[in-house]
Amino acid sequence: MSDANDKKINLTLKIWRQKSAKEPGEFVTYEMSGVSTDASFLEMIDQLNEKLITKGDDPVVFDHDCREGICGSCGFMINGNAHGPQKSTTVCQLHMRAFESGAVLTLEPWRAKAFPIVKDLMVDRSAFDRIISAGGYISVDTGNAQDANCLPVPKPDADAAFESATCIGCGACVASCKNASAMLFTSAKVSHLALLPQGKVERAERVHRMVAQMDSEEFGACSTTGACSVACPKDVSLTNIAKMNRELLSSTLFKREAAESDGI
Amino acid sequence: MSAKLDAKIPSGPVEDKWDEHKFHSKLVNPANRRKHTVIVVGTGLAGASAAASLGEMGYHVKSFCVHESPRRAHSVAAQGGINAAKNYKNDGDSVYRLFYDTVKGGDFRSREANVYRLAQVSTSIIDHCVAQGVPFAREYGGLLSNRSFGGAQVSRTFYARGQTGQQLLLGAYSALMRQVDTKQVELYPRREMLDLVVINGSAKGIVVRNLNTGEIESHEADAVLMATGGYSNVFFLSTNAMACAVTAAWRAHKRGAYFANPCFTQIHPTCIPVHGEMQSKLTLMSESLRNDGRVWVPKAAGDKRPPQQIPDAERDYYLERVYPSFGNLAPRDVASRQAKFRVDEGRGVGPTGMAVYLDFRESIQRLGVHKVKERYGNLFQMYDKITGENPYETPMRMYPAPHYTMGGLWVDYDLQSTIPGLFVMGEANFSDHGANRLGASALMQGLADGYFVIPYTLGNYLASNKLEKYATTHDAFKEAENNVRMQTSKMMSIRGARSVDSFHKELGHTMWEYCGMSRNATGLKKALEKIPKIREEFWSNLRIPGEAGQVNPELEKAGRVADFLEQGELMCWDALEREESCGGHFREEFQTPDNEAKRDDEKFCHVAAWEWLGGNKKEVRHKEELTFENVHLATRSYK
Ligand SMILES: Cc1cc2nc3c(=O)[nH]c(=O)nc-3n(C[C@H](O)[C@H](O)[C@H](O)COP(=O)(O)OP(=O)(O)OC[C@H]3O[C@@H](n4cnc5c(N)ncnc54)[C@H](O)[C@@H]3O)c2cc1C
Ligand code: FES
Repeated sequence: MSDANDKKINLTLKIWRQKSAKEPGEFVTYEMSGVSTDASFLEMIDQLNEKLITKGDDPVVFDHDCREGICGSCGFMINGNAHGPQKSTTVCQLHMRAFESGAVLTLEPWRAKAFPIVKDLMVDRSAFDRIISAGGYISVDTGNAQDANCLPVPKPDADAAFESATCIGCGACVASCKNASAMLFTSAKVSHLALLPQGKVERAERVHRMVAQMDSEEFGACSTTGACSVACPKDVSLTNIAKMNRELLSSTLFKREAAESDGI
Repeated sequence: MSAKLDAKIPSGPVEDKWDEHKFHSKLVNPANRRKHTVIVVGTGLAGASAAASLGEMGYHVKSFCVHESPRRAHSVAAQGGINAAKNYKNDGDSVYRLFYDTVKGGDFRSREANVYRLAQVSTSIIDHCVAQGVPFAREYGGLLSNRSFGGAQVSRTFYARGQTGQQLLLGAYSALMRQVDTKQVELYPRREMLDLVVINGSAKGIVVRNLNTGEIESHEADAVLMATGGYSNVFFLSTNAMACAVTAAWRAHKRGAYFANPCFTQIHPTCIPVHGEMQSKLTLMSESLRNDGRVWVPKAAGDKRPPQQIPDAERDYYLERVYPSFGNLAPRDVASRQAKFRVDEGRGVGPTGMAVYLDFRESIQRLGVHKVKERYGNLFQMYDKITGENPYETPMRMYPAPHYTMGGLWVDYDLQSTIPGLFVMGEANFSDHGANRLGASALMQGLADGYFVIPYTLGNYLASNKLEKYATTHDAFKEAENNVRMQTSKMMSIRGARSVDSFHKELGHTMWEYCGMSRNATGLKKALEKIPKIREEFWSNLRIPGEAGQVNPELEKAGRVADFLEQGELMCWDALEREESCGGHFREEFQTPDNEAKRDDEKFCHVAAWEWLGGNKKEVRHKEELTFENVHLATRSYK
């Protein structure tokens, strides 16, 4: 039984504290003792914050909401790993049983130009919203749809589209990339929609606009190292990037052909 | 009762009401729509679908949420699925059956006309979501897959693995972002609505706090639509996300919107049990697990053997025993209460004794690990991550937890509250679920409200009223802004000794103990004495570090807890004065000899809608009588 295994551990935390984007930040060290191994990582920080608050100090700010790995709010680096050491796990799902007593943990926000720091471990990821709004959708107004089963979708395509659509937009991919590229995020949406018959009509336009928007935010270039996919808590695959590159290529051809046939 | 509580249900047979009503509703000329500004607060399924649809129609929409991105709204966490009366399985489903099941499931405390409309539009929701590219589960032939869910005897639930809410929300979010792209919708993330502005009796705007800068902003509109979710976090521990709160609804309530059936809360039967004092939230394990998992406890009280060592003959599969026809699929309220009874008998399992088993041994034998993994893989993995136990080998431990709130702001058939121009959608309204919500029907209701109801009923309001425009310099905006600023500085200046969470936990314990899975008059009265005391200490001993003019999560939480401290009290009053048991509201004094809920249709076949009077005055309870012309009042039986 897990509860029977409930142990208490001690930790040293080195946490990045920064009041706002404008002010400089620094690491501050905190000693934690008697942390239950059944607690989640964020509950451990709650415990630290409870202590800070009762002392009258500013608690550590971090983004979080669902605490079950689906909203994509949480995320920071633990000893250089996005969301910490456990594969396929967001930091809110990470439990303290993953750590040994006496561990020293360095907590840092996502570092990327396109994700300015809001406070402490919290960053602004609105660049992702702007990428989606540049075409990450199928243009269908409410009320236009035909019966859902009029459009069969082969199960392998539907399943693959789901795998891509499972991205939670947490930004771990960007934070883990040495160039802070947003290719995995962008390609996951491009693939999701390109795999489905509904999404095919706008695919050329979509990939162009989304990539242009991505480039205009301050994300870096992709050097296909794959660190993004390794860090992804939802295991979004690198094949999405390959797919997006193909989409981009064929859409460029498509655009050129269209332009030629228009006599431009 | 008060003339204000006219539900405005259209006349005629239930099948025709909605079509007739749409035909008689006034329309806003397409060229005039852009002249109307509409505020939508909330970007969950209800809010995002409404904002997107209204944007598509040509209205100027301002969309607000507390999150950094609209995609993070709590709807994202829904796992199991969404109902629709498609009858793709040819197993006897129909609009009428979905309607019937929902009215019965709600234990006859919902409005027939609303529920019928919900069932009617359910099919269009699936069509629309598929057109948006929502990757629902499919069969090998390429058509949509269905499963049966939460007390339904037909397979009408559409799903996307265990992430249906995420996929539906991403669909609605993409539609919303498309409107942001065309500038029909202006997005205001990280804004918390802290007051509603009412001018000459109509809702005209909101006051929000910018959570990144601390600035207080006013926004004006012709109508305000709220889709701000439920209030399960009044219990502190619940399956809701951390930021879910009653704040927007409560502030509107204090401006005159009646609050309906606050005591109707849903305790979900299958959640991972509490592990310790530092626990911050509870995790739901989708009800779909009950399709293949069997619920049991040992027959003998105090049996501490590991589950594998307890032979079948010494196990009590109590849901199958008590409800032979529904078995493990008994509705939520029933299943939760039965779990509580077992624990009360001393037959609970696990280290705390506050759990029951959900066992997959047999389905793994029958279907094979592969099939079970395909169906529930991500849920099993989630369970393993949280508890460190492998459900393929050892049964899951489950216990009920607060999950959903059927109560909410009172609305009429048009989803309009008692304040003209204030519309309420999704979980935030008192909705279509009566005293108990059936599984997979909240997603359906949120999207029905946003995609298919509000576009018509809002148009009718805008076209039928002469709408004055006011600037945000109007006195009413200034008064509301001051109100917000004063509350903020009051909370900041207490500089006491206790954290917000400590008060929230204290309130939560009180609510869970006295106004949780079962209630009685003595306990409720005790809670009514305790809550004002907690509130008093909150306002004199709260500690919020930092400043108001910057990111300050403690300040955000404090505002929310201040509202829960008032709303929790109203819940207790509502539970006390509803002297019957129905659905999720179980009053120990009112039960049948075999411990089932005993309704009192003579006295309580109504919606209780509460009116705020201000200060410490007890609220006034108004009634909306319910009539059942199609589904006849009967005792629910799942035996
Ligand atoms: C774990 C879990 C699983 C579930 N599974 C299912 C399921 O399988 N099927 C089903 O039908 N239902 C399910 N439900 C219920 C369902 O998910 C919810 O009832 C539904 O999603 C609520 O949607 P909503 O749009 O009303 O609100 P929410 O999605 O909660 O959105 C609320 C929005 O309002 C905003 N907001 C709130 N307060 C303010 C404020 N003061 N100012 C500004 N913005 C504010 C938030 O930022 C957010 O955008 C589940 C619920 C939970 C908790
Ligand atoms: S808090 Fe939602 S994913 Fe971690």
